[in-house]
Amino acid sequence: MDEVSFSRVGSLHGLKTGSGTDPRPSVMIAAHMDAIGMRVSKIVDGFLHITNIGGIDLRVLPGAEVIVHAAGSQKELPAVVVLPPARFLPQSASDGFPGIEHFLVDTGLLPREVNRQVRVGDLVSFANEPIELAGGVLSGHTVDNRASVAALTICLEELQNKTHVWDVWAVATVQEEVSFLGAYSSAFALRPQIAIVMDAGFASGPGASGWQAFPMGKGVGLCVGPNMHPFLHKKLKGLADSLEIPWYLDMTPTDSGTDAFAVQITAEGIPTALVELPIRYMHTPVESVALQDVERAGRLLAEFVGSLEADFVDTIVWE
Amino acid sequence: MPTFGNAQLKLLEKLCNAIAVSGDEGEVRRIVLEAVKPYADDVRVDALGSVLATRLGRAKHRTRVMLDAHMDEVGFMIVAEDGEGIYRFETVGWVDVRQLIGKQVFVGRERMPAVIGAKPIHLMDDDEPAKKVPLEALRIDLGPAGKAKVGERAGFATRFRRVGPSIMAKSIDDRIGVATLIELFKQAPPAIDLCAAFSVQEEIGLRGAKVAAQYFNPELAIAIDSTPAFDLPLHDGGENMSYNTKLGLGPAIYVADGSTLHDPRLVRFLQATAEVEGIPCQIRQPGGGGTDSGAIQRALTGIPAVSVSVPHRYTHSAVSIARLDDWKNTINLLHAALKRVTRELIAVR
Repeated sequence: MDEVSFSRVGSLHGLKTGSGTDPRPSVMIAAHMDAIGMRVSKIVDGFLHITNIGGIDLRVLPGAEVIVHAAGSQKELPAVVVLPPARFLPQSASDGFPGIEHFLVDTGLLPREVNRQVRVGDLVSFANEPIELAGGVLSGHTVDNRASVAALTICLEELQNKTHVWDVWAVATVQEEVSFLGAYSSAFALRPQIAIVMDAGFASGPGASGWQAFPMGKGVGLCVGPNMHPFLHKKLKGLADSLEIPWYLDMTPTDSGTDAFAVQITAEGIPTALVELPIRYMHTPVESVALQDVERAGRLLAEFVGSLEADFVDTIVWE
Repeated sequence: MPTFGNAQLKLLEKLCNAIAVSGDEGEVRRIVLEAVKPYADDVRVDALGSVLATRLGRAKHRTRVMLDAHMDEVGFMIVAEDGEGIYRFETVGWVDVRQLIGKQVFVGRERMPAVIGAKPIHLMDDDEPAKKVPLEALRIDLGPAGKAKVGERAGFATRFRRVGPSIMAKSIDDRIGVATLIELFKQAPPAIDLCAAFSVQEEIGLRGAKVAAQYFNPELAIAIDSTPAFDLPLHDGGENMSYNTKLGLGPAIYVADGSTLHDPRLVRFLQATAEVEGIPCQIRQPGGGGTDSGAIQRALTGIPAVSVSVPHRYTHSAVSIARLDDWKNTINLLHAALKRVTRELIAVR
């Protein structure tokens, strides 16, 4: 990187300068780096009550290993999420999954220690270590969207040995899971001529089938829909074909639910593409991705950046 | 008093991390055999797979005491293959299916890593997130190149850890009993013949302990297990009246459960021992559930039996929590009891 900085709200901006003459156009490649999680809402008898940050699936919480980031002691406390027995819950919550307000978090510490170390508002994150499954698959929490962050680093490594005319802004955004804050603010601050957003898509597998899900390890998703500029999509498709990088068409009929939704409408509007990595079990602590797909996405992006001529923006056309 | 330190904790860690689903207890059996052999006068593995170890006392008059701790844990069996490393499974022993989504598991004796995933919340209908996912809808995923055999067992992949005054681990029920029994076996007092049953298949009907008792034919027996502590706050702030046991109050002595009225002479004896020795203990709230003492009591012509448990929270789940002090006090209470025990206790006049 030629320059690394942070946005005013904490996103990471890395600049890799292109070989073109000043003023050079720039492409932003953005992947969100935040994770869904929880927050302490109340402390009762040494047990913590929690509330969600982002789209937490309550069904993954019973017995989940978590870390309480204790503000009082600046320690990371290992803990477990507990669904109390039905007889301890109100009648309305006795079947299936009650609301998140009924879950407890147990640190194993005595109540006076909990009161000393933990504060209402403290963050609670998933704690399980990632594991490798047979056949080149990585499984862990927050593979959505660290897999894309990893793909972005692969793209940057590839660009080390490649000349590119355009400047490249490699951006890891904050708070995608709650408000797209990082995407809006970084796109506005950097004003790239075009942007590519990378995020996790749905891989087919247990519980996921139908038109929204695609095989894991069989290529990357190139998205079509209102958040994506069709010309960029066409370019990426053509490039993937010529490089023999397998891809699939991922349809997002309305809101893509990604940073692309925000980037596209920043400033006077930015032509945006969305590249997705197919991931199994999204928003569970065992999200899984095929490492080959991560490499494919990284390589495709590097090739795309390398293919950008100085006048590329002028060639963008509708029909 | 017995020693209690790093060596005991290391052994417990090894036992908790091992996977021994009911009917496939080999991994724990190997640890137990290695631990008890140097101290035993006789060791055998019986027809069901239990480890039966005998240590004879050196005193002239000795009481024949059976101590039991079960080696098995709840878990899963692979029952059908869907292809591409994805398998259907059944539960072995009572497991709350609601806690399975998002867990890492190990499959088979090679401990192949795998996960239990679920449909992404984004793809669900509005009312779906609040619904329980039935076992039939869950799968164990080994990865596309993964290969398991139907019939293989799987267990939670949780790693043992120590946190402050507590431990967090899977299978505290009943590896903490197994670790306790190993310690007691190593330090057995002279006036007893100690018959140690590291039994199998407790979780699917107290099956190993029954035949172990029939083999040993002891004068009395104590089952060492781990019992749930439901000492959680209630949603409305009311007093929790059905806590079963509480962490931190010491070993839990059973008086009655779903399968047994525990021998009142032995209950009184344990309470008196605790009082004399100044060891904290608690009575487990009478109610359902059961331990191996139920099966032992009804073996042969009847065997006076009682049950002592280390309390733990979150039974049969991926992560349980127990207090080290409760464990230490359990070892101390049982060790003191073995020193004081005589057949007069159970004499019928």
